[in-house]
Amino acid sequence: MSDLTRKTAAELSELMASKQASSVEVTQAHLDRIAAVDGSVKAFLHVDTEGALAQAAAVDAKRAAGEELGPLAGVPLALKDVLTQEGVPTTAGSKILEGWKPPYDSTVVKRLKAAGIVILGKTNMDEFAMGSSTENSAYGTTHNPWDLTRIPGGSGGGSSAAISAWEAPLAIGTDTGGSIRQPGAFTGTVGVKPTYGGTSRYGLIALASSLDTPGPCARTTLDAALLHEAIAGWDPMDSTSINQDVPPVVAAARNGDVSGLRIGVVKELGGDGYQPGVEARFHEAVELLTKLGAEVVEVSCPHFEYALPAYYLILPSEASSNLAKFDAMRYGLRVGDDGTNSAETVTGLSREAGFGDEVKRRIILGTHALSSGYYDAYYGQAQKVRTLIARDFIKAYEQVDVLVSPATPTTAFAIGDRINDPIAMYKNDLCTIPSNLAGNAAASFPCGLADEDGLPVGFHVMAPVMRDDLLYTVGAALESALAEKWGGVLMSKAPELVVNR
Amino acid sequence: MTADVVAIDDALAQYDPVMGLEVHVELNTKSKMFCGCPTEFGAPPNTQTCPVCLGLPGALPVVNRRGVESAIKIGLALNCEIAEWCRFARKNYFYPDMPKNFQTSQYDEPIAFNGWSEVIVDGETYRIEIERAHMEEDTGKSTHVGGATGRIQGASHSLVDYNRAGIPLIEIVTKTIEVPPAKAAAVARAFVSQLRDLLLALDVSDVRMDQGSLRCDANVSLKPSGTTVLGTRTETKNVNSFRSVERAITYEITRQAAVLNAGGKILQETRHWHEDTGITTSGREKSDADDYRYFPEPDLVPVAPSREWVEEIRATLPEAPSLRRVRLQEDWGFTDLEMRDVINGNALEPIVATTSLGVSAAAAKKWWLGELARFANESGTDLDALPVGPAEVAEVQKLVDEGTLNDKLARQVFEGLLAGEGTPAEIMEKRGLALVSDDGPLLEAIDRAIAANPGVVEKVNSGKPAAAGALIGAVMKDMRGQADAAKVRELLNAKLGI
Ligand SMILES: [Zn+2]
Repeated sequence: MSDLTRKTAAELSELMASKQASSVEVTQAHLDRIAAVDGSVKAFLHVDTEGALAQAAAVDAKRAAGEELGPLAGVPLALKDVLTQEGVPTTAGSKILEGWKPPYDSTVVKRLKAAGIVILGKTNMDEFAMGSSTENSAYGTTHNPWDLTRIPGGSGGGSSAAISAWEAPLAIGTDTGGSIRQPGAFTGTVGVKPTYGGTSRYGLIALASSLDTPGPCARTTLDAALLHEAIAGWDPMDSTSINQDVPPVVAAARNGDVSGLRIGVVKELGGDGYQPGVEARFHEAVELLTKLGAEVVEVSCPHFEYALPAYYLILPSEASSNLAKFDAMRYGLRVGDDGTNSAETVTGLSREAGFGDEVKRRIILGTHALSSGYYDAYYGQAQKVRTLIARDFIKAYEQVDVLVSPATPTTAFAIGDRINDPIAMYKNDLCTIPSNLAGNAAASFPCGLADEDGLPVGFHVMAPVMRDDLLYTVGAALESALAEKWGGVLMSKAPELVVNR
Repeated sequence: MTADVVAIDDALAQYDPVMGLEVHVELNTKSKMFCGCPTEFGAPPNTQTCPVCLGLPGALPVVNRRGVESAIKIGLALNCEIAEWCRFARKNYFYPDMPKNFQTSQYDEPIAFNGWSEVIVDGETYRIEIERAHMEEDTGKSTHVGGATGRIQGASHSLVDYNRAGIPLIEIVTKTIEVPPAKAAAVARAFVSQLRDLLLALDVSDVRMDQGSLRCDANVSLKPSGTTVLGTRTETKNVNSFRSVERAITYEITRQAAVLNAGGKILQETRHWHEDTGITTSGREKSDADDYRYFPEPDLVPVAPSREWVEEIRATLPEAPSLRRVRLQEDWGFTDLEMRDVINGNALEPIVATTSLGVSAAAAKKWWLGELARFANESGTDLDALPVGPAEVAEVQKLVDEGTLNDKLARQVFEGLLAGEGTPAEIMEKRGLALVSDDGPLLEAIDRAIAANPGVVEKVNSGKPAAAGALIGAVMKDMRGQADAAKVRELLNAKLGI
C-alpha cells in the first residue's frame, strides 16, 4: 500500500470505509511520521500516542460493528494547543500553563470526538497565540517544512507545519488576526477562518474574545470543508456563536464553479511592501479565476489602512483582561509559594516567570489602553475604526460576492529575522486582520511559489458573514485549475524532509 | 486626644449628612448567572463549581435568562426604566476569590435606571431616587486561617470557596438621599426594610441577611449645615441588618463629625461595620488611582429585552407598596394615625400575615404593636425576628375569641412564648392561665363580693347601676383575673336584677 501519510483526508476516509485500511493503521502511519520528522520540524508540543491509538481502535470497532460513521471517522488530526482536551496537557504555548491538564473538552474537541476524528496531539504556537512565527512559543520555534531555516508562520505554525510535513492530513487552528491563514500561506496549505461565531470558542483559551475563531487546516480545499462541517455550528455554551445552519461548505468545495461569481480585488492590499513573487502569483491566480468565468473588478476599502493600529489596541485590551486569570491560585505555574509570601506576591512572581516578553508587552499595552483617561482615545477610537472597516466590507459586498488579496505581503521569513522588530512582525497580518475585525469569513489557498525564494504564496479570499461556502467555491476552482498546471497539489512540490529512523 | 465620636444631636447641629446606599441582592435563581451550577447555600466548599465559574482557561459565560427576568422585575418594582439594549462589562482587579480576576458586571449600561421608591418614617413620606439596578456576579468567599481576628492580617493562609462565585447579584444604587438630616439614618433603614419586603413579594431573592443574600453598603459624608460643600465620603460595608443600617450610618455621622471638629480630614476609604461593638473601622483606603478598566464583556452578546417581554413581566408584578398601603388601611379601617404607627413599628407585614389567618386587623394590631413591638424594642431585635410569628398570634387570639383567655392572660401567654416556654397550650397549663367559665365558681365569688360590699349593693339598689363596676372588680380580683369580665357582668346583673 502506498504511504498513508500522503493521502488526503477524503482519500483516507474512502480507504477506511472500503476496509482497505484501518484507523489504527492510518493513525500509526502518522505517529511514525511524527517520530521520523518532528525532531526537525517541531510541530508538536505533545503527542498523545496512546490516546490516539485508543480513539482509532474505537472507530475501527464501531465500523466493524456496522455503525454509521461520519465522513472523517478514523482520520487523524493535529490540534492547536490552545484548545482544551480533557486530560491532555494544554499549554497555549506558555510556561504559565505547563503541566495543566484540563478537566473538560472544548466544544471543538467534543465535535471532533463525536465525528470519530483521531487527535494525534497538540501543536506548537506562539504563546497565547501572540505572534506570527511561533518564535514566541515558550517551548521553542517550529520549522517550516519547505525550508527548515524559516518560520512556518504563526500563531498556528505548529498546525500548518504538521500537515505540511505529512504528519497529519488535518489540523485545527485558531485565527485572531491571521493565525490560521498566514501559516497556511507560508506552508503551502489551506487555512480557513470561519465567520466569527460560526465555530464555537468554548474551550479555546482566549486571546482576544471578540476576534478568536477556530477553523480547519488541511492540504486540500475539500478536506478543509469536511473538517469545517464537522466542527461548525451553533453552540449554546458560547453566547457569541451564531444560531444558524452551517453554510454548505462541502457542497461548495465539491462544486467549485466560479462562473458569474463577482470577485473584488482589494486595491489597498498590494503594492508597496509586497514581495514581487507574491504579487505575481496572486495576479496569475486572479487571471485564472477570470478565465474560469469569474467577473473581476477592483474594489477600494479605504479604512483597511487603519486596521492594524485598531487591532493592536483591541487585541491587547481584551488580552490583558483575559490573561488576568493566570494568577497561580488555581492551576498552572506557581512561583514563590514559600509560606511567607502573600498571594499577591506569588501571583506577581508567577506571572513574571510564566509569561514571555510578547505577552507582557501586550498586557502592558492593553492595560494602558483601557485605563481611565486613555480609554476613549485608544480602545474607544479603535472600536470606531472597527465599525468603519465593517462598513467598508458591507459596501464592497454590495458590488462583489467575495474579496481577494495576497494572504501575506511576503513569503515565510527566516527564523530570527523579525523577532526583535515587533512592528515588522505585526505587518505580516496586514491582509488578514480586517476580516477578524469585521467578523466575516476568510481563507488562504496555495497559489504557487514565489520566484525569488521558491516558497509558497497564499491566495486570500474574504466572504460575507455566514457565506463561508463562497470561500470554498473559489478555493476549489483555483485548486483544480492549478493542479492541472502543476500536476498535483502544491504540496507535492515540497522538498522531502530528512527522515530520522 | 479627642473623642472618637460626638453625640448625634451635636453632629447634626453642625453638619448635614449626605448619604447614598448600595444594596446587593443575591437572586434565588436555581443556577448561577453564567453557568448551570446550583446555588443552594451551605454546600461543602467548591462542590458547586464548573469550568465556567472557576474561570478555567477556555471557559465562557452564558447569561441566565431567569437572572435577567429577576433584574427586570426589581427594576420595574423600583419604577425604573428598563434598557432596550445593554451590555455586561468587565470590572478588572486582582483578588484570589475572583476566579477570572475580573467581575462580570454592568458599567455604564445598566439594565434598569432612573427609578424611585417611597418610604414612610414617622408618618412622613420620603422619596428615594434610584440611580440604577444592574446585574453582576458574586465572588467566591475567602476564609483567613490562623489569625486572631479572622481577617487577613496575621493569618497563616487563606482558603477560598468558589461555590458563591457566579451567583447572580443585583446591585441597587440610590441617588443621594435628600431628607431632613435628623431623619437620614431612619429613612435609610426604612428603605432597606421596605426593599426586603419588596424582594420577597417579587420572589426574586430569599433575602436572608444572615446568609448575606442582602448586603448593604452605606456611603456617608458630611457637609457643614446649610452649605453645599461636599465632604469626603466613606463607604461602610458589611451592614447586614436593618437596625445596623441605622446604627452604622448614625455612627459614621458621629465619627466623621468628631474627626472634622478636631480639624482632621476624612479619608476616602472603605470601612467595616462591626455589629457587636457598634463601630466602623478603617478598611482599604480608596484612591483616585483605583481603576477597574471597565470595558464591554466581549464574551457576551448584549441583553436586549423586548418590550413585549418587559410588559409581560410588569403584568406579573405584585401591587406597589404605596398603593397597597392605601388599600390595606381602607380594608382594616385604621385611622391615618393608626396606620402611621403600624408602618413606623414595622408591623405592616406581620399584621397582613396575621389577618390572613382569620384574625381581625384590630386584634392583630393590638398584639403586634403592643406586646410584641415592646419586647422587640427591649431585646434589640427586629419584629420579624421574634420567636413569635403570625401563626402564634392567631392561635392566642383564637383562645381569646373562644373565651378561654382574656387579654390580660393572653399577654402572659405571649410572655411565655417569647421566653420559649412552649406552645400556648403548654404555657397555659404550666402557668395555670385558663379563664373560669363555669357559672358555679363565678356565682360563689359574686355572692362573696355582694356580702363584702353592702354599701355598693345599696347604691345600685338606689338607682345607680354604674356602681356595680366596683363589684365586678372585686369578683375579678377574687378570681385572680381568670374570669371573663363580660360574663361576670352578665351574672352579676342578673343577680342584682338590673
Ligand atoms: Zn459553574
